[in-house]
Amino acid sequence: MTAAPKQETYDVVVIGAGPAGLAAAAVTAKAGLSTLLLDENAGPGGQVWRSVMSTPVIAPDKLGADYWSGKALVEELAASGAEILHRATVWSLDKALDVGFSVGGGSAFVNARRVIIATGALERPLPIPGWTLPGVMTAGAAQTMLKSSGLVPSGQTVLAGQGPLLWLLAAQILRLGGCIDRILETTDRRNWLTALPHALSFLASPYALKGLSLIREVRGKVRVVSGVTELAAAGDGMLQSVRYVAAGKRETVSADLLLLHQGVVPNVNLAMSAGVDHRWDERQLCWSPVCDADGGTSVAGLAIAGDGAGIGGAAAAIASGRIAARGVVAALAPSRLASLPSKDQLAAALDRATLGRAFLDVLYRPSKSFRVPSGDTIVCRCEEVTAQDILQSVAIGATGPNQLKAYRRAGMGPCQGRLCGLTVTELMAETRGKTPQEIGYYRLRAPVKPIALSELAALPKTEEAVSAVVRG
Amino acid sequence: MMFKRLQRDDRRRVRITVAGIDVEAREGDTVAAALVASGLDVRRKTAVSGAPRLPYCMMGVCFDCLVTIDGIGNRQGCLVPVAEGMQIEIQQGKREIGR
Amino acid sequence: MTIARDAIIVGGGIHGCSTALHLCLRRLKPVLIVKDYAGRHASGVNAGGVRQLARHVAEIPLSIRSMGIWEGIRDLLDDDCGFDSHGQVLVAESDAELDACRVRVADLNERGFTHEELIDGPELRRLAPAVAETCPGGIVSRRDGAASPAQTTTAFRRKAEALGATVREGFPATNLRREQGLWRVDVGSDTYEAPVLVNAAGAWGGRLAAMLGESVPVETVAPMLMITSRVPHFIDPVVILRGRKLSFKQFANGTVLIGGGYLATPDQDRNETILDWGGLAQSARTVHDVFPIMRGATIMRAWAGIEARTRDDLPVFGPSAVHDGLFHQFGFSLHGFQLGPGAGAVMAELIVDGGTQTHIRDISIRRFQSSTP
Repeated sequence: MTAAPKQETYDVVVIGAGPAGLAAAAVTAKAGLSTLLLDENAGPGGQVWRSVMSTPVIAPDKLGADYWSGKALVEELAASGAEILHRATVWSLDKALDVGFSVGGGSAFVNARRVIIATGALERPLPIPGWTLPGVMTAGAAQTMLKSSGLVPSGQTVLAGQGPLLWLLAAQILRLGGCIDRILETTDRRNWLTALPHALSFLASPYALKGLSLIREVRGKVRVVSGVTELAAAGDGMLQSVRYVAAGKRETVSADLLLLHQGVVPNVNLAMSAGVDHRWDERQLCWSPVCDADGGTSVAGLAIAGDGAGIGGAAAAIASGRIAARGVVAALAPSRLASLPSKDQLAAALDRATLGRAFLDVLYRPSKSFRVPSGDTIVCRCEEVTAQDILQSVAIGATGPNQLKAYRRAGMGPCQGRLCGLTVTELMAETRGKTPQEIGYYRLRAPVKPIALSELAALPKTEEAVSAVVRG
Repeated sequence: MMFKRLQRDDRRRVRITVAGIDVEAREGDTVAAALVASGLDVRRKTAVSGAPRLPYCMMGVCFDCLVTIDGIGNRQGCLVPVAEGMQIEIQQGKREIGR
Repeated sequence: MTIARDAIIVGGGIHGCSTALHLCLRRLKPVLIVKDYAGRHASGVNAGGVRQLARHVAEIPLSIRSMGIWEGIRDLLDDDCGFDSHGQVLVAESDAELDACRVRVADLNERGFTHEELIDGPELRRLAPAVAETCPGGIVSRRDGAASPAQTTTAFRRKAEALGATVREGFPATNLRREQGLWRVDVGSDTYEAPVLVNAAGAWGGRLAAMLGESVPVETVAPMLMITSRVPHFIDPVVILRGRKLSFKQFANGTVLIGGGYLATPDQDRNETILDWGGLAQSARTVHDVFPIMRGATIMRAWAGIEARTRDDLPVFGPSAVHDGLFHQFGFSLHGFQLGPGAGAVMAELIVDGGTQTHIRDISIRRFQSSTP
């Protein structure tokens, strides 16, 4: 291996070097606890601060102040004494707090007294007809290419969906001279009314000013179609056009790039496979871990911080990372607590950071039709299982996502349900007249990312198993 | 072309080979980004039905960017930074093993 | 509310579901009680090996009976169960192992069993070209094959239900008792009663038997499996090794299943297992040695089933030694899947006819009677 952990056991292992992970690891390391931070990307920053230390987009006004604020956290981490391993993909975590990860073509296990999962969020799937066509990507994908490589859309580009990220991306693309033909906004107009009770706290939050100014910046330059109720991507072997319905009218626009977005949801795979209890969050329409005030979960010694514990954005992630880290310091090095901000201070920071969140959650609640597809629309991209396939299986007795595996391979591909799990749960819930909580989710297991057989074979030998041959 | 590069990009140029064709990338690009930016047809074929795919999420969760890098297959191209002389092959259907 | 049925079956693995189906074929109306859902545990997550090969002699008659049913399973269940038959091969990795294979085949032949054939190096490589060149031969059982465990178990359940079985999923069987010559069990807010009770409760079967006064030496184990991504087709038969733990199967879709019996740590009360990566690494090393072509493969998922293993590695099958109307069908010790169809048929014969032609005496619960703890 070209890079390897310095120790076999650590006081703290933090997984994910986004805002929450950077903040948490810095706190525990500064408190004198041996801390290992593992992240699968080439550099720190997670999604929101992706490539913050290496982006070619150096002109400060292009990516915005929120992006560049990540540098301070990266520098804080660097000064803290934490050990950080990049390009380290964690593929196993269990109740014994053994962490299995792959780095430099080889795998290793380390043990931790405490683990903080900070693996953040991923895009909510937007399963429209044709969404698997080459040329259909997520808004996050375009942002990643922009931040990491300075690549901007240059052809016939359509943005579709809803949420703050869509506006931010549009603004960044335009600032960098990229092309956007139009933005198709799928926000349900009725949500404005239901969001009204939360409007005051939203207006008092930093989101309001930033958000409104972004929207103004973009609307001045790009055609925005609101109230889109249907979306489809079409083309022969690759995206060629986008079809949509808005205000009852059907339209078609030529496109070679369609960027989809309807919010982000917790990336639950590592936590669920480690045995962390989750519950369905009806407001955020996703599975969230059941956490205590310190991010502690149903698995002793395992805490979750950041968007992985519930979507809150970068500032909230920093606060929750520090809260989880404080919990760890309280358990392992209580004498160092005095040097940390108090619980109340951190809670107040979290409150400030989540002000306005409720308004966004309600306003940008995705419509059922964009969460639950029908007919030939692909639900499971990896195994090419359609909505109709799943309905047929329900009709002959599949009661949930795991029972579905007796009939279909939905969820059994490499993405392990990351792009289909929510859809399958909601589709089955709707069809069977049950709640998502009752339907449940895929039972997830390690490896949460695929591992080469040769890498597994090269793991250091342990004691041999019982000599009696056991045949299966 | 779906994407274009910034007018000013100070990063070192890196040369990789894609299905035998030389492609110029930049240090810090991921393989997936370099492929999408190359202008070549880099669509892979799924192992299930041979349907064409390109990267979807660029953050390591969709697995549509699976690519063979220096002879090792099923690599997530969006998680691997380009390196000088890297050989990329596009995966068509069930990945070949034993090579 | 008390509901009368002809039989109560506790446990919805392949054994419980198969017994339910076969009782229905004999015009009985059983109730099948499944604490989670059919195939949730060992029956739904095993390697799917449909194997007569390498069985303990005591199980062979039941295995042969079951093989006959497997061959007609599509018509029996209106579902192909993912069953295919390309044979199973036991590979000898050394001359000493091949000698042991020779002895084994001779012993079986003497007992009148001909399903296992000794094969030499060339025949081994004809059947399984991907096996390492250094292996001198082995044993083949040509009728054997593999099926999809979840699909098969579910198919048994569905057909049983279609033929009149009451299936109660999501409820444990509680408060089991014998009153007025009938077995009674509570399922949620209902009570079922029947003259016959079948203990097909898998890893929970030992507890149930003990509760009814018939302890057997059995423990809960959690054998692990791994599945790879799709690779181009390179092997037809299922392969197992004589000297090391490996069971190896490539499905029609190209994925390769690697099993063999390394154990995870079970927590059966929580339906959970903790994988042992040292054991899985050992499985990977074995594959690496025996199938060089697999060296570039990718492991997509690993898991473990929860199963009962008896002290002598043989199932507990047949009438209770203590109670009338009680039958045991558990403890299949990691090799019960192939036996499921036949075991259900035989169990139905025991219940309806009072006896069976299939030789099952050697796997009766009576063998533990003198040594109950």
